[in-house]
Amino acid sequence: MSQGFTVHTGRACPLDQANVDTDQIIPKQFLTGVTRTGYGKHLFHDWRYLDLHEQEPNPDFVVNKPEYAGASILLSRENFGCGSSREHAPWALADFGFDVVIATSFADIFYGNCINNQLLPIALSSSQMDALFGAVKANADLEIVVDLPAQTVVAGDLTFSFDILAHHKNNLIKGLDAIGQTLELTSTIEEFEAKQPAWL
Amino acid sequence: MAKTLYDKVWEAHVVDQLGEDSLLYIDRHLIHEVTSPQAFAGLNEKGRKVRRPDRTFGTMDHSISTRSLAIDACGPQNALQLKTLATNCEEHGVKLFPVGHQKQGIVHVMGPELGLILPGMTVVCGDSHTATHGAFGALAFGIGTSQVEHVLATQTLKQSKAKSMLINVNGKLAVGITAKDIILAIIGKIGHAGATGHVIEYAGEAIRSLTMEERMTICNMSIEAGAKAGMVAPDDTTFEYVKGREYAPTGSDWDEAVAYWKSLHSEDGATFDTVVELDAADIAPQITWGTNPGQVIGVDAPVPAPEDFSDAVEKESARKALAYMGLSAGDKLDAVPVSHVFIGSCTNGRIEDMRAAAFIAKQGKVADTVTAIVVPGSGAVKRQAEEEGLDKIFTDAGFEWRLPGCSMCLGMNDDILQSGDRCASTSNRNFEGRQGRGARTHLVSPAMAAAAALKGRFADVREFQE
Repeated sequence: MSQGFTVHTGRACPLDQANVDTDQIIPKQFLTGVTRTGYGKHLFHDWRYLDLHEQEPNPDFVVNKPEYAGASILLSRENFGCGSSREHAPWALADFGFDVVIATSFADIFYGNCINNQLLPIALSSSQMDALFGAVKANADLEIVVDLPAQTVVAGDLTFSFDILAHHKNNLIKGLDAIGQTLELTSTIEEFEAKQPAWL
Repeated sequence: MAKTLYDKVWEAHVVDQLGEDSLLYIDRHLIHEVTSPQAFAGLNEKGRKVRRPDRTFGTMDHSISTRSLAIDACGPQNALQLKTLATNCEEHGVKLFPVGHQKQGIVHVMGPELGLILPGMTVVCGDSHTATHGAFGALAFGIGTSQVEHVLATQTLKQSKAKSMLINVNGKLAVGITAKDIILAIIGKIGHAGATGHVIEYAGEAIRSLTMEERMTICNMSIEAGAKAGMVAPDDTTFEYVKGREYAPTGSDWDEAVAYWKSLHSEDGATFDTVVELDAADIAPQITWGTNPGQVIGVDAPVPAPEDFSDAVEKESARKALAYMGLSAGDKLDAVPVSHVFIGSCTNGRIEDMRAAAFIAKQGKVADTVTAIVVPGSGAVKRQAEEEGLDKIFTDAGFEWRLPGCSMCLGMNDDILQSGDRCASTSNRNFEGRQGRGARTHLVSPAMAAAAALKGRFADVREFQE
């Protein structure tokens, strides 16, 4: 990843449900690709389309509602991204146009996958999420400012701070090549390997 | 301070401390066709090499047909993915077990059976069910594709240490209760996200008495409780399973290894962030009623009502799940008809699972209204089952006997359900649409699945045990 993440301003789409799993984010029939691109059109396929061929959008699904078109921040509830480790899930979210996901909690693997793809996952408390959902549902045009260096989410009158590990934050802001960083430690890795038993 | 099993395996693999993160050495890396192509593409773009091809093994499992050995049996897109894996493995010197190879199988079935998984190892794979290998006392967890690329290039991963959870399953299991019932009961108790941020150690008399295959079933579904990994301390059962397998140490190496492996257990007085206790005798045959694995009940219990849940989120999840599953509060699942039965997967596709299902299958015929498939987890499982005549028992009873692969667990192939189908499945996820858009999945043990096939509806497997 080359460009870093600092401050993002955008509107939010309120996907008000818990346990949104990665099978829902990007169903298995779209995992046969060999590249990282092109998954956005299949994001939330089962919920987003009434047909298998993605011709009939489901008007009741929140992501399809005209007032949330162009939203770049996704709101959700507990345990977002649970299930399969498929990195196609953050690829699909980012490709669709989401830069930030704010939820009550995240599944571990999904959270790490987001960090590795410049998609910022933010966990807020249940009551903070209630307030944020309320504000966005009341005003779909609400501009939300996500400030990663300051670790804050500002939405109208609401201001919340969020936690993120320092190295996650650093990698997002600097857009660092994690592999390149580790390869600089090659001699340390070699020393470790030399001490391992032969039977491994 | 007294150490846990997790502490010991973790500390033995720290290459370097990088602030709050540790750079962890990865002993074994398993790869498959779905989550590796972009990782290899990333390496190739930067001109990087696989650091330890000798520590990396590949198999084809998700995207393949279980009806045909043809690589294009599931269409050109799947074929491209499979061929891409073959090309990548060849170019980077990684050993691959392709479709039709006698050692091919679901990654979490073939790894242990080849002796690629040893106690105390760190094991990763771009697949959330990598937790399976914790059954050996390994620290094994699923990773994303960017991390697959990181491990390919460096044989390490940056990780922060998780919290620890001890789950004691005390006492003895009742007759007819399996490892699948134990793990479903655990997830039912702690919830679908109950172990998020934790590494679980499973312990207690009931766990200790399990075979390695049963321990793999338990650890496999750690991710369904949200856990990073699940582990069982190695013991004589473990050593006996590993000994003599193709990639296991031999001679004096074996003795040295066992001496080390015997040190891999949580010490007296070791503390865990969370401790959960279950009484094995309380566990009935489990069956999921909802759309996440925590929505599970004993087969003799009524389907719960949303109002039964005090938590608002669970209440709403239950309401949605009942609507999707076409069930009502108070329904008895043993009256609910099934249209499909799937026996297989990395959770329940091993020889003991085949035997348990065959034991039931030989007591009747598959109901006319049911399509039932049995999919061995690997070529080795298939050959063993056929040597024991299990394939014949299944086909005589009206089950289809298939080639090894992931099959209907996730339907990335030609085993996919239609909207409204209801499946008794030995797999691990009952998410909406997991086995096909609009299809309804109930997770059960192999014996329960076989019983449902014969009855045409769910049944209490304990009726078949005499």
